[in-house]
Amino acid sequence: MTVMHSTSGHFDASGTARQRDVAYARHRPDYPGILLGAVVVLVGLKLAWLLVANPNMEWSVVAQYFNEKTVLSGLGMTLGLTVVAMLIGVLLGLLLAMTRLSANPVLRAASGLYIGFFRGTPLLVQLLFWYNLSTLFPRITLGIPFGPDLLSWNTNDLITPLTAAIVGLALNEAAYMAEIIRAGLISVDARQLETAQAFGMTRGRALRRIVIPQAMRAIIPPTGNQLISMVKATSIVSVIAMGDLLHAVQNIYNATFQVIPLLLVAVIWYLLITTVLNIVQGAIERRYARGESGSITPRRKRRAATPAAAEELP
Amino acid sequence: MSETHLAAPAKPLVCARNVYKRFGDNEVLKGINMDVNPGEVVVILGPSGSGKSTFLRCINHLETMDQGYILVGEEQIGYALRGERLHRLGARAIARQRSQIGMVFQQFNLYPHMTVLENIIEAPVGVHGRKRAEAEQLAYSLLERVGLREKADAYPRQLSGGQQQRVAIARALAIQPQLILFDEPTSALDPELVGEVLATMRDLADQGLTMIVVTHEIGFAKEAADRVVFMDGGVVVEEGKPADVLGKPQHPRTRAFLSRFI
Repeated sequence: MTVMHSTSGHFDASGTARQRDVAYARHRPDYPGILLGAVVVLVGLKLAWLLVANPNMEWSVVAQYFNEKTVLSGLGMTLGLTVVAMLIGVLLGLLLAMTRLSANPVLRAASGLYIGFFRGTPLLVQLLFWYNLSTLFPRITLGIPFGPDLLSWNTNDLITPLTAAIVGLALNEAAYMAEIIRAGLISVDARQLETAQAFGMTRGRALRRIVIPQAMRAIIPPTGNQLISMVKATSIVSVIAMGDLLHAVQNIYNATFQVIPLLLVAVIWYLLITTVLNIVQGAIERRYARGESGSITPRRKRRAATPAAAEELP
Repeated sequence: MSETHLAAPAKPLVCARNVYKRFGDNEVLKGINMDVNPGEVVVILGPSGSGKSTFLRCINHLETMDQGYILVGEEQIGYALRGERLHRLGARAIARQRSQIGMVFQQFNLYPHMTVLENIIEAPVGVHGRKRAEAEQLAYSLLERVGLREKADAYPRQLSGGQQQRVAIARALAIQPQLILFDEPTSALDPELVGEVLATMRDLADQGLTMIVVTHEIGFAKEAADRVVFMDGGVVVEEGKPADVLGKPQHPRTRAFLSRFI
């Protein structure tokens, strides 16, 4: 006998409770989805075959130069540049973000101008500009504005490819990081800062202990993006004769004309670095998710529940 | 001279005189005078927009005021008299004044990235320079007192609203304040959770803590307050013993307000 029956009579209420139970419903295969997936896999396999089987790829040359000394030293330069430029960029960006949020209108305007300028011009142009700084300012002088000079250098002694690369990458990065950090800071509930201050924390301590740790959740993912962009952006410095990874393989293929395999060497190294960074970013994100009752857990539970229900199908 | 002065000849802990505060064109406080004696529990009642929360926030300088002054203990909040001139205090001095005053907020405002224990020891260790072990010991005993000892390692999000507010009370007690301000501590709670928070507060009142409580809980005022202050339109309309203000209100606005709760 059925336990469920319609009281209104407006709809067909036949069928037993078990027949009606959605847990035993037949699955509806997603035929268009399966077809599309098959096409993508097929095209992907063909592309992979083209790459692997193409004799012009010269995989033996790739293997020969992968651990070559000048390639590795170029790789070291790329990594070093990334770390130094990113470090300066983050610190300067934090400073810019704070001034952008400060109560002082002059500081706010100044950091706004900085961000506008460095985000508004191409990195390549900025790098060329720093590299050719001596034609604009033959000497660089440290002193009080409109007052006495304290220290003075010849610009050409100061600006080498290395310093031009670091300054160019770091100052550009600072503008982007400033906006990322600012967005992170304002994403934290304003009452958190107020509470910390009500308990006698100074603004600096409240930011360090209460606001910034919470802002990190919003800051880390885009910063990871920036770091990965930075790894690749360092390849631009090869135009000012800086010996980075790209410059190293260019030097080799200019002599051997094995352009594609040597570019592949660079590509594989770049991919390796960015993949490692991706994994590290994931680990850091999990660390700063503390205290958030995860939106991850329910999704996992739901996925785990579906196959279990499917097994009960007769 | 009010009756409370005669009953308690000790110097008041909090002394507010002629406090004015405006937000743009909106005058929120229009000359508040209030004394709170050490160990006294003062409940401030009043309709929304009467300025009671703003006044509370002036006491620890979360709001600046436009006129008048507030003294807590020996010090004027936010300012210092040097010679004959009054000077605004710097951020550090204001932070030091605030560190003596506990506060419990309507929305609890626990630090979500810290465990319950870390929430409680943050100010004692970071602001007051206590030893961590010492601060933890005090934190555990305070958690015991609010009945949440076993939640020390939980994160705020894993607690109910009532539990969060009890942790917030423990956090305010952990700085061993001379005064605790409660800003509508039960207004954000589900009705069935209000009782546990009020019970904790009643317990504190019995132990001689100096408390200023802004609330809509008439029952709490009746049972735990030494004095009830009724505010409306930015002024103190009526004040006195709870039995008098709540039982035999003199002012028509007090009567109108209280009639909504019966």
